[in-house]
Amino acid sequence: MEDFLYFFTFQDPSIVFVVIGIILLGVGSAYVGTYSFLDKKALLGDAISHAILPGICLGFMLAGEKNPLFIVSGAFISGALATFLSSWLNKNTRLSEDAIIASILSIFFGFGIVLLTIIQKSGNPEMAGLNQFIFGNAIAIQESDLYIYGGLAVFIILCLTIFQKEFSLLVFNPDYGRAIGFPMGMIRVIFNILMILSVVIGIQAIGVVLMAALLITPGAAARFWTDRLGVLVILAGVFSAVSGVLGTYISFVIPQMPTGPWVVVFLSILALISFLFAPKKGVLSRYISRRIYLKKTHRDHLLKLLYKGIEADKSGLPIEEIYEAFPFQKKQSEQSIKNLAKDNFITQNQSFIELSISGKSEAKRIVRLHRLWELYLNEYMNIAPDHVHDTAEKLEHILTPEMEELLESRLNFPKLDPHQENIPRDHDEL
Amino acid sequence: MSFDQNAFLIIITAAMIAISCGLLGVFMMLRKMSMTGDAISHAVLPGIVIGFFVSGSQRGLEVIIGAGILGILATLMIDWLRRKARVQLDASIGITFTLLFAIGIILINLLAYKVDLDQECVLYGEIAYLPIDLWLTKSGLNMGPRILYLSLLNLILVTAFIILFFKELKVTSFDENFSKVIGIPAGLINLSLMSMVSYTTVSSFEAVGAILVVALLVVPPATAFLWTRKLKLLIQLTIVLGIGISIVGYYLAYLFDSSIAGMIVSVAGIAFLASALFKSKSFLSRFGTSRQPESLKKIV
Repeated sequence: MEDFLYFFTFQDPSIVFVVIGIILLGVGSAYVGTYSFLDKKALLGDAISHAILPGICLGFMLAGEKNPLFIVSGAFISGALATFLSSWLNKNTRLSEDAIIASILSIFFGFGIVLLTIIQKSGNPEMAGLNQFIFGNAIAIQESDLYIYGGLAVFIILCLTIFQKEFSLLVFNPDYGRAIGFPMGMIRVIFNILMILSVVIGIQAIGVVLMAALLITPGAAARFWTDRLGVLVILAGVFSAVSGVLGTYISFVIPQMPTGPWVVVFLSILALISFLFAPKKGVLSRYISRRIYLKKTHRDHLLKLLYKGIEADKSGLPIEEIYEAFPFQKKQSEQSIKNLAKDNFITQNQSFIELSISGKSEAKRIVRLHRLWELYLNEYMNIAPDHVHDTAEKLEHILTPEMEELLESRLNFPKLDPHQENIPRDHDEL
Repeated sequence: MSFDQNAFLIIITAAMIAISCGLLGVFMMLRKMSMTGDAISHAVLPGIVIGFFVSGSQRGLEVIIGAGILGILATLMIDWLRRKARVQLDASIGITFTLLFAIGIILINLLAYKVDLDQECVLYGEIAYLPIDLWLTKSGLNMGPRILYLSLLNLILVTAFIILFFKELKVTSFDENFSKVIGIPAGLINLSLMSMVSYTTVSSFEAVGAILVVALLVVPPATAFLWTRKLKLLIQLTIVLGIGISIVGYYLAYLFDSSIAGMIVSVAGIAFLASALFKSKSFLSRFGTSRQPESLKKIV
């Protein structure tokens, strides 16, 4: 608890730097990552993040120390080379995209390991800092690093915000963009540069192996909450910043713990919550709305059955006959009968079920929609009368009153459907 | 340059690992699942750590079982995210492997004093220690390097798997619907291929590290694929490549005094890029005589 207060009251200026740093990094990467997620190129970020390891090592070898400028430019160059190679291979060979990305990723990483072992054996005392790039250590961010990494992050965020229109065109419809005169090739190059930059600065906190999570997960999680690009980007940034700060806190409390894995775990928890519980798109809410819809269709079918009973001159049906009409669905039928009785649509006399006044008009409405749609398909779409039933069976549950009105006026208030059955209206006597 | 007994042992082991990975990698590539292979090799890490912790040594069967379970879990999780939560495939892969790998790293750090396993070993392994890591029987008899036996067993099992299920693997790789029609359980074949990949990852990671297993899974088949379209030839070429890169990689690593596994992958990478350059459309259209690219044929 003491640690918690010490960390989150920001008494220590170095903690302030670290927190500002990780928030900027997180937001920048999440911002770029969201676009590449929408572009369905999320794994290119993974390839780039593995591919910058040799660049980092070369930068270190040239500078002879952990100079952020050398390391950032080395990382940038090898990231750019990997991006160029993967798009060149994509154009010029018949390898599939995932094989290309996996190859580039592992070849560059393997070469990086070769360089890393050469540095290790050279016995340079500065070497200790280099391992941080593999798993990340946000606590090690210092004031001087912050200006470079934070500055780049701000640059990325500004760039994406100012040219939002161009980048959304790139992601959603590049052909349209080209048609109205945007230089899409150029925009693609700039976007790739921003992506490489965001990976380069992100590895300080997350590390080479797990950087992909910072690019992919926030966007994927935020996508479940909204359909608007602006909101999506902001939400992804918030997810990423929150997990970044929490991860940093953990590695502050447990000193030898790297930051990256914890950031990823917190991000994944947020993502999992989004996948399961987000309204509309979440697994749970889709399950619930499906259940509600199934219940409604069963209720509608039951009312229709009773209505057809009336058409065949039976004032109602015994409950057994209803169960038989829906084989293997006895439970659902029981539930529907209970609900219909509660809504006063049916009356139940021992085990004999009859439609009430309001039940009759509701049943008429469903049958009317069904038969109107059949007639519409037959007259306007020229579909044979024996082919129209199945579609009508689905649409009777979802046609709105406005649609009903439109159908009535289009078909000129018909009396009979294609099967020569009466289309019931509210004023008809039963 | 030296050619002593140790060099021979290291090259043999590396070649066996490269062949096992390559054999599985061919089918992964044909199924367009190379990145899933990458994901699995990252995702088995927590299984390895837990297995280590439970058995107390890296020789335990628990390690292999743990990794196998995690590999299948990763496959199922990717599938769940894609089908049930409707996340696009690339993001499902990315989320799954980063989460599982992160958990693995955290476990290593939490159990650092109880488990003889460090991050570096997991990442890049060290095949150079192979000759001193010996398998001693209870009576003290020296049976030779332990990892040599592990990779031999792995190679035998992988080869047996491929030979036994060759028809099934072939059909499901090229036409899943057709395979279902003729009664091959495509899902089961897929899961068993994934389990073989996880098992191979575990068996090899001590020698070459979890991430370089990916390179051996992906790069030799991709290189071979640039040269041929026939499945049998593809497999043979992959095997030859696996042996070739092991030999060249070992001597280059010896020359530069660097990681052997890393150098093997770098050699594989050079072979891959050279083949890609040689077989690329632009190269063929400029210098090629054997076969013109499709686009040119139409113009002519």
